Order: sequence, then structure tokens, then C-alpha cells
Amino acid sequence: MTREEIRAAVLDAIVAVVPGTRQSDIKDETPIRDQLDMDSMDFINFVVELDERLAVAVPESDYGRLATVNGCIEYLARTLAGGPPPVGSGPAGS
Amino acid sequence: MRMTYREALRTALTEALSADPRVFLMGEDVGRYGGAYAASKGLLEQFGPDRVRDTPLSESAFVGAGIGAALGGMRPIVEVMTVNFSLLALDQVVNSAATLRHMSGGQLSVPLVVRMATGGGRQVAAQHSHSLEGWYAHVPGIRVVAPATAHDARWMLPAALREPDPVFIFEHAMLYPEEGEVGEEPGPLPLFAAAIRRPGRDVTVIAHGGSVGKALAAAEQLATEGIEAEVLDLRSLRPLDDATILESVRRCHRAVVVDEGWRSGSLSAEIASRISEGAFFELDAPVARVCSAEVPIPYPKHLEDTALPQPDGICAAVRGVLQPAQAAGAKA
Amino acid sequence: MGEFRMPTLGADMVAGTLTEWYKHPGDVVNRGDIIAAVDTDKGSIDVEVFEDGVLERVVVEEGQKVPVGTLLAVIGSGAGAPAPAAAPSPPAAAAQVPPPTPPSAAAPAAPSPSAAPTAAPLPPAHGVRASPLARRLAADLRVDLTGITGSGPGGAIVKEDVEAAAARGGGDRSARMRRAIAAAMAKSNREIPHFYLATTIDLGAASAWLAQWNAAHPPAERLLPAVLLLKATALALLEFPELNARWEQESLQPAAEVHIGMVTSLRGGGLVIPAVHQVNRRTLPELMREVRELVQRARSGTLRSSDLTDGTVTVTSLGDRGADAVFGVIYPPQTALIGFGTPAERPWVVAGQVVPRQVVTASLAADHRASDGHRGGMFLATIARLLQQPEGL
Repeated sequence: MTREEIRAAVLDAIVAVVPGTRQSDIKDETPIRDQLDMDSMDFINFVVELDERLAVAVPESDYGRLATVNGCIEYLARTLAGGPPPVGSGPAGS
Repeated sequence: MRMTYREALRTALTEALSADPRVFLMGEDVGRYGGAYAASKGLLEQFGPDRVRDTPLSESAFVGAGIGAALGGMRPIVEVMTVNFSLLALDQVVNSAATLRHMSGGQLSVPLVVRMATGGGRQVAAQHSHSLEGWYAHVPGIRVVAPATAHDARWMLPAALREPDPVFIFEHAMLYPEEGEVGEEPGPLPLFAAAIRRPGRDVTVIAHGGSVGKALAAAEQLATEGIEAEVLDLRSLRPLDDATILESVRRCHRAVVVDEGWRSGSLSAEIASRISEGAFFELDAPVARVCSAEVPIPYPKHLEDTALPQPDGICAAVRGVLQPAQAAGAKA
Repeated sequence: MGEFRMPTLGADMVAGTLTEWYKHPGDVVNRGDIIAAVDTDKGSIDVEVFEDGVLERVVVEEGQKVPVGTLLAVIGSGAGAPAPAAAPSPPAAAAQVPPPTPPSAAAPAAPSPSAAPTAAPLPPAHGVRASPLARRLAADLRVDLTGITGSGPGGAIVKEDVEAAAARGGGDRSARMRRAIAAAMAKSNREIPHFYLATTIDLGAASAWLAQWNAAHPPAERLLPAVLLLKATALALLEFPELNARWEQESLQPAAEVHIGMVTSLRGGGLVIPAVHQVNRRTLPELMREVRELVQRARSGTLRSSDLTDGTVTVTSLGDRGADAVFGVIYPPQTALIGFGTPAERPWVVAGQVVPRQVVTASLAADHRASDGHRGGMFLATIARLLQQPEGL
């Protein structure tokens, strides 16, 4: 799966959680939750959406890696490539 | 086809006399003179003295004779010169024509048509100028209509002749020379339905007979001020078309009733009452009335003009029920 | 014969617009069926019926705005033939003045449907110069005539004046919601003698349990800390019924069940408080599912009437991006609001040692007419105690 495909899936997941968001408005480097005023319920729904789209069940301990769109792409690309379990996971939340 | 109200009546009379041998016309001066308002000019020559009959100056006698003829199977059209004179025949109308169907248990019909002139404006003074059609509209057992247009003048008469009960047709004296479009008979004319002569949204102006034109003139003026007045022509004074009246008032939320009769105990009072009964919670202002001054109609022109409803007075009444409220509406 | 009335979907609601009938005269309805949609200041709400029967007659047509308590429809046993929609009995006026044998088939004047009596009219504004239409409209829209300047004949208040006043009170949805919140909160602070308590709760055990649970479950089955807080609160409330109650007519009326109104913020501002039902009886996964659905419904504007009417107590949880503590305003006529700040890692003393611990500040805003500080303190302590044994929640 290419990074572009992963990016598309991430954006789709965000829109599914925060209806009415335009993908073109989502900035890749700004924390997603701050951009879109997502609360913890929105975020866990986002994780569920990613799981459904990409079959990647992000463990809670890795939630911190999903802070930005770029962070999501980085993390998911490595995981999908069957790479080593990501290390240095930050604490949950932002 | 354009023709005057008078020509429309004459056309209707000619057709009625031609079409049905039971129809005949009688009244004061309807024959040799051709009718006080020339509605029957030439009919004596065309149909002869048996069917176009001049009568003595006795309204009681010839209206009574008309009732008798109707009872006997004829279809009489009786012309009374003015509604003022018709008072002499009120006993025949109220005690005989209006009651016989009821008192005979439905065995007797009085298929009588009475035409008469009503209203002021011609400087013929109080004994020829009153508008008393509201009195007739008070009486159950008869029907009362008031054609306001040449078209209705043409087609109300045959519709009236088809009625099994007495029909009184009130022709406003100022309308005879008025010209208007007369169409073909649109099927059986709905004789007792009111008509919207001009659609509007701000106020319903209710009028009949000679007042309809004045209401339309007022509406024209009001339109230049941004007020859209709906003009409703009653056409039938008995029965009143409550449904159409109330429907219009419910839309416009305000009503002005124009009636050349006097205000007290008048047809306008009846209409205002029905609006209160049927549309109270839709009213955004009290119902206003424009009636004749409560005097015998004067002879001098300036006094007569002042005594009768006029477009300016209708405009003022409409502005009164709208007041500044309409200004906002006009802008919107 | 049952009456289906405009519900009050919140203490601040005075009127609603019937936007859609999902059921029609003749349809069978069952308790819990959603039979109508109502538009309120807080959004479009699906309204449920509370009895079984047949929708016999619709009284309020779609598009009409009517006060709370107004009869919307009649629910019958189904024994009688359903009447056609909006066929009120003929008006007395038409019965009294029929034209004599109307030959033009003029139908009797139908009554204005909006002239139907309303259950909770404003007190009649006697001495105010207003048209009948303006009065009727003002009653429908809950506009107070005494505050309006008339522009009609003689300074009378007319339809346009009432509409303008209603529009000033109208505006866009978020402005109206702001006003609705303002009304409820102002009433609360005016009438309810609040007292406030707070305590810091050690979440160490709960966090550990939660981390373990979430590690063992796929994302769709994971839980949020808020669910544990809700459940602990519900169980604690069982022991303090005066905090799960209404204060009405100068007396305390404890609720039979624990339905927790959950303060839910809406994107773009404003909030709604949908209720999570019977929280004390639900498992944590059940609660998580219900909370997720409620939040989704709240944000998509598809809440049901029972979501908004059934709350017996309110919980506001600031989640993971808020402040340390919240001291709330009670949602009348409830008697308590429990707040949870943002859980955070703080120095904590355990057995004489300072250790980092996940803690949360729980607060209670309570109605002093219904409860006292001592009981309130014990209540917060009970929540704290329950959270030390998360496996028991």
C-alpha cells in the first residue's frame, strides 16, 4: 500500500468521525484533534475507523503516534509493511 | 365582446323572451318608453304587447301579478323602476313571494325574477337614490343578486330564470352606461358565488354592485402606495358566499366592507359579523366599513358625492386598518 | 384514549415545531415508537410515544410551532374508526350562519387549525392593544405581548410585530441554543442554592485495569475512562438518592432509576445533555456502546425525546483535553451535577512514598435544599472507593 493510499484512508477515517470536514482543509502537520476539536470519543472512533479500513488495530500505547496526519502515515506505513513493532511510543493522548 | 351593461341586459332579455314562451316582461314604462334605463328598448316592437307589458303605477299590483303568473306556470320578469318604489310591493315580496314555498309545504313554487335599479350618484334625490338591497337580503325565501359587471348583467338573468324561487336582481343605476367585456356563458353561471375581481394580499375589500368599481379604483391607487388590496365582489347578497369571504380574509388578515347602504343594521354589518364569527383569530385589525352617510341621499352633487362611498374613502379605510404596518410589508 | 402532547425536551424548552409525522391516522403505534420529529432550539428531536394504541387523530399539522404541553395527537384503543387527518369538528360559527340552501355548494367554513386550544398559554395580556391574530400568534410562538411596540391601527400590536419579536428571539440555531442554555443556567443559579465539593481520586487501579482491557480488545471494543467514571457515579448514587432526584414543589422527589445526563459538547459550540439510561445496571461494554451512540446522535442532530427528557442527574466529564476540575451549574430540576476534570499524572503519596499516579478531580455541585455537605462528601468518597476496584464496576 502506497503512502498516498494510506493518506487517503486516514483522511477518509477523519471525515467519517467528523462529518462535514473537507479533506482539503486538513493540515498534515497540525495535531488532528486540535484542528478538528476531536474529543476522546472521536479519537477512539478514529482508531476504530482505521482498523476497519486498514486492518491495523493500533494499541492504546501507540495513540500518541497518531497525533498528526503525517504521524499516522508514518506509523501505519511501517506497520503495514510488517516492520518491527514501532518503538518509542509516546503516552496516550496529545 | 365589449358592450355596455345596458346592452348586456337587453341582450339577456331578448334571448330570454326568444327562448321560452313562458317568459314575459312587465313594469312601468318597459314597453313604449323602452324602460326607465332603456334596458328594454325595442323589445315591445320585437315581441309585442302580450310579452312586453306596460303596467299602471302600482308596484304592489304588478309585483303581485308577477307572483300570480309565476304560480300559474309562467316565467315573469318584473322590472321595478327603483328600489325606493319597490317598497310599495314589499308586502307582496315578504308575505307572498318569500313564503309560499314554505307555507305550502313545498307544493308551490314562485319562479319570479324581479329586476330593479338601486343606488345613488345621478342627482335624482332621496326618493330615487337609496340602496335598500340589504333589506331584501334580510328575507329568507328569496334570492338576491347584484351584477357588478356587464358579463354578470348578461348572464345572471338566464341563471335567475332557471331558479325555482324568486330572484331579485339589483342593478346599480350608475352601471347602465358602463362598458365591459362579455364572454360566452361559461356553463351554468354560479349565481350565488362571490368573485375575486382583483387578487391581493394585504386587505380584503368586499363590495357589491356599484361599489365594486370604486373598490377597484381604490385598489389601483393603493397599489401605487405598495398596498395590495384584494377586491371581492359579493355578486350574491342572499345567500352570502361565506366560504369565499372567509377564505380571503384568512389570507389577508384585514377586511374593509364597502356598502352603499346605511351603516346601521346593514348588509355590511352582517358581513363584518360573519367575519368576526368565522375568522376572528385571523384578524390583524378590526373590520372597517365604508358606507353611505346616514342621511337621505342629498340632491346637490357635492353633497351626494360626499354621502356615498368613494374611492378616496375606501383608500383611507384601508390605510386605517393597515397603518404603518403596511409600510414594512411594502418594503419586504 | 391517550393524548400525545408536545414534550418538554429540557427545562428550558417552551415551544417546539412539529416538523414531521412518522405515523399517520390509522397507524398502530407501540410504546417507544418514534412517531414524530420536533424541532427545538437544541436541534431536531425524534419523539416517542408512551403507550400502545392507534394514532386516531393528528391535531397539530407539520410545520406548526406550539407550546410545550399542546395536544399533538390522540392515541386511541383502535376500537373506533380513525378520523381523517385534521378533521376538527365543524365550528360553531358555521353551524349558526349557514347560507339558506347554498346552491353553489359552498363548503361550511373550516376552522383555522391553528386556533386549536393550547395547553399552556401565556397569561392573557389584558390591557395590551393587540389584534386577535397577533394574540394567537404570540401564544403559539410564546412571545410576550407586553414587551412589544405595536405598529398597527392605534398602536395595536399586529402579526408583523409578533413575527418580528419572534425573529429577534429567533436567529440561527447556535444563537438560539446559546439563549436556551442561558435561560436554563440563569434559572438554575437564580433558584438553586448550590454548594460545591471536590476531591482528588487516585485512578491508578482504574487506569491499569483499563489499559489491560484495551490491550486485550480490538479498537471497537475498547473503553474510555469516562465509562468507568459514569458507572462508579451511578453505583454511588444508589446510596445517595437525594442526589439522583428532582426538587419540585418544595419537596424532594427521588428518581426510580439512574439515568445520567451526559454533557455533550457540539462542534461549533453549544451542548446537549442526552441521558444514558439505567447506568447502574449496565456492563461497561454496554455503557461504552450506548455512550458512543448517544454522542453520535447528539452530533448528527438525531436525538430522541427520551434521550433529552429522562436524565435524573448530570455528569460532565472534561475528557483528556480539559481543565483539572469543573464546578458545574445544576440542570434544573435535578439536584446534583458531578464533574470530572482531566485525568493527569500527579505526585501521589502511597505508604509514605511520593509516586507518580494517574488522578482525577471529581467535584459535586449539589442543591442545598436537597442535600448537605456532609452527605455530598461521603458521596464523592464513595465514587473514589468504587474506582479502586474497577473489576467490580
